[in-house]
Amino acid sequence: MSNLVEVRNLRIEATTDAGRVVDIIKGVSLDIADGEIIALIGESGSGKTTVALSLMGHARPGCRITGGAINVNGKDMAALSEKERAKLRGTDIAYVPQSAAASFNPASTIMEQVIEVTRIHKLMPPEQARKRAVELFRALSLPDPDGIGARYPHQVSGGQLQRLSAAMALIGDPKLVIFDEPTTALDVTTQIDVLKAFKSVMRAGGIAGVYVSHDLAVVAQIADRIVVLKGGEVQETGTTAQILSGAQHPYTRELLAAFEPKPRQAQAEASANQLLRIDNVTAGYGAVREDGLPLIRAVNSVSLVVEKGRNLGVIGESGCGKSTLARVIAGIHPAAAGDIVFDGKELQRAAGNRSQDQLREMQIVFQYADTALNPAKPVEDIIARPLAFYHRLDRQARSKRVDELLDMVRLPKTLRYRHPSELSGGQKQRVNFARALAANPKLIICDEITSALDTVVASAVIELLKELQRELGLSYIFISHDLSVVEAICDDIMVMYNGERVEQITPDKVNAATHPYSKLLFSSVPKLDPTWLDGLVRDPELVSQYGHR
Amino acid sequence: MKSGILNLVLKRLATTVVTLLIVLFAVFFATSMLPGDTASILLGQAATPEAVAGLREAMHLNDPAILRFLRWLFGLLHGDLGTSYANEMPVAKLIGGRFVNTMELAGITTLLSVPLALTLGITAAMLRGSIYDRTVTILSIGIISVPEFMVATLAVLVFAVYLRWLPALSSVNEAHSLTDLVRIYAMPVITLTFVISAQMIRMTRAAVIETLSTPYVEMALLKGASRSRMVLKHALPNALGPIVNAVALSLSYLVGGVIIVETIFNYPGIAKLMVDAVATRDLPLIQSCAMIFCLGYLLLITAADIIAIMSNPRLR
Repeated sequence: MSNLVEVRNLRIEATTDAGRVVDIIKGVSLDIADGEIIALIGESGSGKTTVALSLMGHARPGCRITGGAINVNGKDMAALSEKERAKLRGTDIAYVPQSAAASFNPASTIMEQVIEVTRIHKLMPPEQARKRAVELFRALSLPDPDGIGARYPHQVSGGQLQRLSAAMALIGDPKLVIFDEPTTALDVTTQIDVLKAFKSVMRAGGIAGVYVSHDLAVVAQIADRIVVLKGGEVQETGTTAQILSGAQHPYTRELLAAFEPKPRQAQAEASANQLLRIDNVTAGYGAVREDGLPLIRAVNSVSLVVEKGRNLGVIGESGCGKSTLARVIAGIHPAAAGDIVFDGKELQRAAGNRSQDQLREMQIVFQYADTALNPAKPVEDIIARPLAFYHRLDRQARSKRVDELLDMVRLPKTLRYRHPSELSGGQKQRVNFARALAANPKLIICDEITSALDTVVASAVIELLKELQRELGLSYIFISHDLSVVEAICDDIMVMYNGERVEQITPDKVNAATHPYSKLLFSSVPKLDPTWLDGLVRDPELVSQYGHR
Repeated sequence: MKSGILNLVLKRLATTVVTLLIVLFAVFFATSMLPGDTASILLGQAATPEAVAGLREAMHLNDPAILRFLRWLFGLLHGDLGTSYANEMPVAKLIGGRFVNTMELAGITTLLSVPLALTLGITAAMLRGSIYDRTVTILSIGIISVPEFMVATLAVLVFAVYLRWLPALSSVNEAHSLTDLVRIYAMPVITLTFVISAQMIRMTRAAVIETLSTPYVEMALLKGASRSRMVLKHALPNALGPIVNAVALSLSYLVGGVIIVETIFNYPGIAKLMVDAVATRDLPLIQSCAMIFCLGYLLLITAADIIAIMSNPRLR
């Protein structure tokens, strides 16, 4: 056997809640050589995590490996007993989970969990294991490597936990490490540190890896070869350079195309027609102090202007206050100070005090369509609700308008009878958006509406938003942590950090950002170029000032 | 960190004290509103109105209710539970022996049922979906559904009447040897264990199953941990809060809810004492019994909450 991993004709089936049996992996074959890192890439539901987990002989509850061979280091994981598989897990093959925050046991210290593998497999005495763990912490450039192990998981940041989970995987000296979307939940500025740490440790140990991701740019930095999965089948396999420059399969091309910047036609220059202006708005949480301001300020004295027919992007890392800003503008979270002027009229801070027309003209679309749509109602009821509420249309007129709205968001009319659970992620987000359109708004606040979607689906949603803007003359406030999304649709980009507005620029001047935080943020967005990460030089002072380590 | 948890615990204890005061207040006024006049019940139907009035005066029954409440509360603080109306004995003395009996029954039942219920609940969760799990689930649902007087009566019928293994009545005073003791306690303890274990089994099973589906348990599996390690080291510590609360809730039944079992087996416990006190309108006795039930309940729930707080490193 020449390769470390040889998967042949792997088949996995799943039993749905309704008891139906479906094939989710349909004959996948792949090889991994010693020390090679391959990437499994594909949209959600393509089976990439299922394939990765099968290398450890594990199928999630409801799934079953039904055929094929999974040879890892000369043993067929599919044929072994559960006891024999357990012996190889953590020693031969290790796992780095998607959400380290959820994958650490909250009731036990970090060190205890990092060295647990050595206890389970009796690899070395605990003293030695702790020393080895501290060495790994240092290699993964974690702060305070000697003391961090004594803490509990909730006492360290997400990026640190992600690196700690890599230490947990590496302590048993595995030959193969499986990374399951390990940086998806991280901010771009943090993602770089984690990626660099992973890459150097894997390279130093000559360890083979499987990197599961939906993000081609991230994968380009770390993988030697890329396997593109769709619908439980391998679509294309090639070296990273081959896939990036000469992709053959249409799906891979679609993935790549989603990365291409689609320059937005310059809108009519500032029409001087202000749709929304907010001045020195402050909002936050916690007890109100003597000066009338809350104890914790999530949004601190932010001003912005949205002009008619133009779009404003708000970008920043998680916790920077961008979602609170959206809620403040919509009046869901009333501001503690500052003015909001909409369409020439001063707005009340709380939504409850605004007039119905003011509420109608400003709509908000939330990040998770899953939680924003009532699962008990069919699509037509969801969309018809604002029609009855704002426009008082009768039943017939409502029904006609629902058809029009579904048409506007490019959904077939037959979908109106379905419930949200019967729609795909992209369809749900379109329904979510159609509901906002039903009010005939002038301004739509989009709070991270594409972040739960796959790259290809997200770029289709963005295209739709652009079209609708041309047809209906809407304005958007587009809140996102993803620069490429904001660049694709916005005329102005506002960068937020720590509750404050640090800079506002236009998309074509992103490379000429002046504020140090914007510079760091923009330079941290991964590029499709495989040499980008290695060539990246970051000002250490900037990183220590703004990077959350 | 340390002062944080101390704060939380103190706050929890303060809530307990306030709750207790509210309950005492409610108990006092609820018993005051019981129909019938204590003085005329005590003197019987032949009493003259003058005699009744005189007794009312002597017992301070004409004072405003709030004054009597405060007097009673003040007495409680000094450990004085008052004097029984019915037989002129201090309430504390009446309750004393009965309280010990009830606690003995509760203690023995706890020692038997808690380990049993936790073991069954945890093992059922570990073997989820197996025949063992289904058997445990069906049995515990079945037992929840059968009223305890039925379980108790059936037990008497089978073990005392047909098999003649055990005495039908549990007169603790007749115990002379260990075998006697076991024979006397066997049926009430088994009946109570049946009643309280079912809930604990189901709650434990549900709590453990919920934590078993968390990513950190899957992580433990992918580290090569055995099934028992996954459950005992990863799932159980995180399921402790709900389990301890379920246990406390079930055990609180052993203090106040044993009336039926004590009556059927004629066991001289405190619940039976309270039933008798209601029959004779013996207000001080009723109030004291109710207070003890409430105190027992509050202590158990408070202890459970404090254990839950201590077991959570986020709060510790």
